[in-house]
Amino acid sequence: MSSKPRTLYEKIFDAHVVERRDDGTCLIFIDRHLVHEVTSPQAFEALRINARKVRHPELTLAVPDHNLPTTARTDAQGNRMPIADEESRAQLAALERNTHDFGIRYFDATARQQGIVHVVGPEQGFSLPGTTIVCGDSHTACHGGLGAWAFGIGTSEVEHVLATQTLLLRPSKTMEVRVEGDLAPGVTAKDLIMHIIGVIGTAGGTGHVIEYRGKVFEQMSIESRLTVCNMSIEGGARGGLIAPDETTFAYIKGRTFAPTADEWDDAVAYWKTLYSDPDAVFDKSVTIDAREVEPSVTWGTSPEDVVAIGGTVPDPAGFTDPSKQEAARASLDYMGLTPGTRMQDIAVQNIFIGSCTNSRIEDLRAAAEVLRGRRKHANIKWGIVVPGSGLVKLQAEAEGLDKVFTDAGLEWREPGCSACLGMNPDKVPAGERSASTSNRNFVGRQGPGARTHLVSPAMAAAAAVTGHLTDVRELMREPA
Amino acid sequence: MEKVSHIEGRAIPFGRKNVDTDVIIPARWLKTVSREGLGQGAFETVRAKDPDNVFDSEEFAGAPILVAGDNFGCGSSREHAAWAMLDLGIRAVIAPSFSDIFAGNAFKNGILTVVLPPEQVQRLLEVAKTDPIFIDLESQSVTTPFQDRFTFEIDPFRKHYLLEGLDEVGLTLERDEAISRYEERLAAGRPWLARGTGVAA
Repeated sequence: MSSKPRTLYEKIFDAHVVERRDDGTCLIFIDRHLVHEVTSPQAFEALRINARKVRHPELTLAVPDHNLPTTARTDAQGNRMPIADEESRAQLAALERNTHDFGIRYFDATARQQGIVHVVGPEQGFSLPGTTIVCGDSHTACHGGLGAWAFGIGTSEVEHVLATQTLLLRPSKTMEVRVEGDLAPGVTAKDLIMHIIGVIGTAGGTGHVIEYRGKVFEQMSIESRLTVCNMSIEGGARGGLIAPDETTFAYIKGRTFAPTADEWDDAVAYWKTLYSDPDAVFDKSVTIDAREVEPSVTWGTSPEDVVAIGGTVPDPAGFTDPSKQEAARASLDYMGLTPGTRMQDIAVQNIFIGSCTNSRIEDLRAAAEVLRGRRKHANIKWGIVVPGSGLVKLQAEAEGLDKVFTDAGLEWREPGCSACLGMNPDKVPAGERSASTSNRNFVGRQGPGARTHLVSPAMAAAAAVTGHLTDVRELMREPA
Repeated sequence: MEKVSHIEGRAIPFGRKNVDTDVIIPARWLKTVSREGLGQGAFETVRAKDPDNVFDSEEFAGAPILVAGDNFGCGSSREHAAWAMLDLGIRAVIAPSFSDIFAGNAFKNGILTVVLPPEQVQRLLEVAKTDPIFIDLESQSVTTPFQDRFTFEIDPFRKHYLLEGLDEVGLTLERDEAISRYEERLAAGRPWLARGTGVAA
C-alpha cells in the first residue's frame, strides 16, 4: 500500500479492490446489499434466465418498503391484510418469492424489523463503518452516516452484485464539504444538508464522493448524520460519508448483525483507522459557515431551490444563468407561486413526516416536541406521521409520541416509504401543497400535480400547527 | 447486450436542464416486474402538459437519439428510466452532462450517453429540429448533414463493452478465482464482516 495520504473514501476503496484492471476500472467487493421490491424483480428474473446463483445470500438483506400501504398490515385476528393494488401486490409477492428461492434474509410486511431499507440497515447493525453498501435506490448514501461508502445502483448492477458480490467501478473523485462553526438553536441536520445542496447545486457533487467534515458533524447523533448523508444524491454525489467515531461505535454496539464478543474489539480497532489522513487532498472542497444556516425550505421543483424560512420566493429574472431562469419560471408555474411572496405566507394543506431522510426516532421526537399539546390548523386536510421501521414505531409508542401526533389530529401509520414518492396510496392531491420531510420536490413526486415544500420534521410540525410554512423557532418561544 | 457502433436518425430536441428520472418515468410505472412496455409512461408529465410535445409528434416517432440539457437523468436510480427510453426507440442521448447513476444504467442497456460542450449541444438542438444526426462510436464523433463534426470522450472500458456487446455479469463470473481469493482474505481478517445476516451461503 502506498504511503500517500488518503481520504476516508480512498481507504475504503483500496480495502475493497478485488482486482485492478489495465483500463483503470477496479473490481470492487460489495460487503452489504439491501434489496426492496421495486428495483429487484428484473434482476432476479435475469439470474433465473441465465441459471445463475446468488453468490452470498448472507450479504444481502431484503425488506418491502416502496409500494407497501402504510395502513394496518393485519386484521383484528392477526391475518395479513391483502394489498389492494394488483401491480403492487404482484411486485411484493415477487420479492417474497425471490428472497425465499435464493435464500436471502427477508423481513416481511408484518415483521417488527420491517421498514424503509435505509432505516433498517443501520438499525439492524447490518450497515457498518468502512463497508461498501449498495442498494437499488439513490438514497443509499444514507448509510454513509456510519462511515460506509454507500451508493445507489440500477437494476443491472443489482443483478451483478447478486451474482458476483462485486461491481466494476472506476474510482470517484473526492469532495470535501467542510462546515465551520456551530448550528444555531432550532436549526437541524435537515436544514444544513438542504442549505448545502442550495450552495453546491444538484450537480455540484456529480462524479464525486462527498466527505462531510467539521465539528458540527462530530457532535451530531447518528440519526442526524444519516439524514445529512441521505441527501448527498440531491447534490449529485452518488456517495457521501462521515468518519466513524465513538458515537458511531456506541450506536452499533448490540445491534442484531453487529460484531459481538471478542470480535467487537477487532472491529472497533479497524474502524478507528477510518479517517482522512491530515494531508489528504480532495479534488474539490467547499466550506460552509454553519452560523449562516437557518431553517430551510424549498420553493421550486429541484432540491437546490432552497431558501431560508425568513426569505421570499425568488424572481426568476434574478438568476444569472438563462436556463436557470427558465427552469425557475417553470417551477413557479408548477408550484403556483409568485416572486416576492414571503415563504411564511404560503399556506399548506398536507403534512408528511417520514421517509428515509427523516423517519428515525430523533425525527419523530423533534416533531412531537413542537406538536405536544397543540392541534393541527383547520387548513390541514391530511397529515400523516410514518415511522421508518416497526422498531422506530414501537420506540415512539413507548415514549407516547403516537399519542402526541394523534391528539394533534395527525394520523399515525405503519412503516414504509409512504408519501415520499407516488408509488403507494399515500399521495398529495393535485394542486395542493405539502410540507414534507422527504428528500425530493420534483414535479409529480408526491403524486401528479402535488406541490412539495421540503422541510425538517420540526418545521413540518410547525406548519401543521399554523397551516402555513412557519419558522419553528417562533413556536419554540411561545408556550403551547 | 446488443452491439452498439453506429446510431443515426432523427434526434428529439429536448434541451431542458436537470431532467430527473421522475420526469423520464413517473413512479406509478415502476410497479412492474418486467422491463417491457415502459415507453407508454415515458415523459408522461411532459406529454400531459403540452399536446404539441416532441415525444408525441409524428416527426420524432421512433427517433433513436435524444438531445438534452445539463445533468440529464438526475434523481432516482430507477433503471426503468433507461428501459422506458429503450422502449421509445432511443439508443443514444447527447447532453452537456449526465447524472452518474443514469449514465451507468444507460450503458448497461446499450444506450450511448454522449457528453458534448453546451454550445455544441445547442447546435445539435437546432439541427435536430429539421435534420438527422449521426453518431459513430468507433471514431467517437457526432456529425450532421451540415458539415458539423464534434468528437466526444468516452470511458475506454465502456466503449469496448458497447462495441462488443459484452455480458458484464458473465465476464465477472469468469474472475471467480480473484473474487475467491478476496473472500478468503476477508473471512480470515474480518470474520465479523463476512458473516452478514448469518444465513447459510
